[in-house]
Amino acid sequence: MLKRTPLYEFHVACGAKMVDFAGWEMPILYRGIVEEHQQTRASGSLFDVSHMGRIYVGGPDAAAFLDKALTRNIRQQRVGQSRYSLVCNSAGGVLDDVIVSKNAEQWLIVCNASNRERIVKHLNGIRESGAFDAQIADQTESTAMVAVQGPAVVGLISEALDIDIQSMKRYSFENGTYRMSRFTLFRSGYTGEDGVEIIVSAGTARNMVQSLAGEMPGADSPIKPAGLGARDTLRLEAGMPLYGHELGEGIDPISAGLSWAVDLSKDFIGAEPLRVIAGRGPAKKRVGLELQGPRIARQGAAVKAGEVLVGAVSSGTFSPTLKRSIAMAFVDAAHAADGASVSVDLRGTTADAKIVALPFYKR
Amino acid sequence: MPVPQDRRYLKSHEWHQQIGDKVTIGITQTAADELTDITYVKLPAVGTKISAGAAFGEIESVKATSDLYSGVSGTVAAVNAELNANPGLVNADPFGKGWMIKVKVTDAGQMAKLLSADDYLKKTGH
Repeated sequence: MLKRTPLYEFHVACGAKMVDFAGWEMPILYRGIVEEHQQTRASGSLFDVSHMGRIYVGGPDAAAFLDKALTRNIRQQRVGQSRYSLVCNSAGGVLDDVIVSKNAEQWLIVCNASNRERIVKHLNGIRESGAFDAQIADQTESTAMVAVQGPAVVGLISEALDIDIQSMKRYSFENGTYRMSRFTLFRSGYTGEDGVEIIVSAGTARNMVQSLAGEMPGADSPIKPAGLGARDTLRLEAGMPLYGHELGEGIDPISAGLSWAVDLSKDFIGAEPLRVIAGRGPAKKRVGLELQGPRIARQGAAVKAGEVLVGAVSSGTFSPTLKRSIAMAFVDAAHAADGASVSVDLRGTTADAKIVALPFYKR
Repeated sequence: MPVPQDRRYLKSHEWHQQIGDKVTIGITQTAADELTDITYVKLPAVGTKISAGAAFGEIESVKATSDLYSGVSGTVAAVNAELNANPGLVNADPFGKGWMIKVKVTDAGQMAKLLSADDYLKKTGH
């Protein structure tokens, strides 16, 4: 039996096509992936991301415990700040990428839906083996989370929720009240646009969404619902990694180009192997590819320099903004320079491609 | 999702419409909706011989790449060149302007082996 988010009825009423995503019944699209992508870049979109894990960590040792579990240095993090971080296994492979936020009394970790159970188990294991005095509470299913993204969003949501978002820094958050119910609003997202992500109680979610996107969003609504399909093409244009594609247990954060989220000077799980990789330089690098022609490179497609196999594609799409075929790939460091010519094998035919700097799209 | 009664179908969602000794092939609305925004259609050249049950082309969308199958054997007599510039025609009008190839069939009796509209709907659960 698939889980449903508190916004399930809203999706159905808006004509969503629902699919199984990590055990949740989620909207893949409402009107069309490309249309929803363009709506996000041009004005605004509302995404249900309630399937993502929301794990709260409290107690006297919460900071020391998270410092051990996370690659990011969280010691200087202030109340009201969020940070992107990775959770690694002892070999330095990535178990998940998360956003960690510091509240006055506790911390919040937002993790991927597909990794939630594994991350909760992993965190409990660290807490027990390190005898940390910390509590871990998975509140995913008692709350809802929406991402509202696009150039029109900050102005409209500031008014609707009576919060001055313009004065908030990126990766900061504030608490507010909507119809007697507390919510937390983060200035962050996964689309390459300005925007917010909001956590609210399950019972209040539908009312809030309807006051943000309209009772039944029409053709000229500035904010319309968008599905997981557009979320994927948007994050790809923005050069952001997706777990299962650019991240996984067989991939280390240094090769994935995420050294900035790894503090090698502190002691955390996976630190030692990552110091070795950073010291000698990663064997492979995550790069962007621009392909000639209309065809799309899918995960696993071989990347060649001349006749030599030098890497593999991790994600690809036809960019609705750039109107060309783009991909991310892991390529041998010696062949990963910007501007280098490579070719990609597309089910037996070859497309010429060029290595380019990420992101593909910047607002 | 309604499908036209004047054609025959494969479970893999291709429709076949016979006019004289030629059979036009395309994909159903269900298939187009499932693929979502179609970005590329790879079709054989006129004169190519194709076989029943074998792939004759490929179709790509932002979501996936799939093979296109023919239910009949014969020679490609015409190709919808408009799909090069506008592959979205397959989404907009899969049973009309989104047609893919016309095949001059070797044996018109092959059509009888394909699914009727009702059987297609039953087999694909739509």
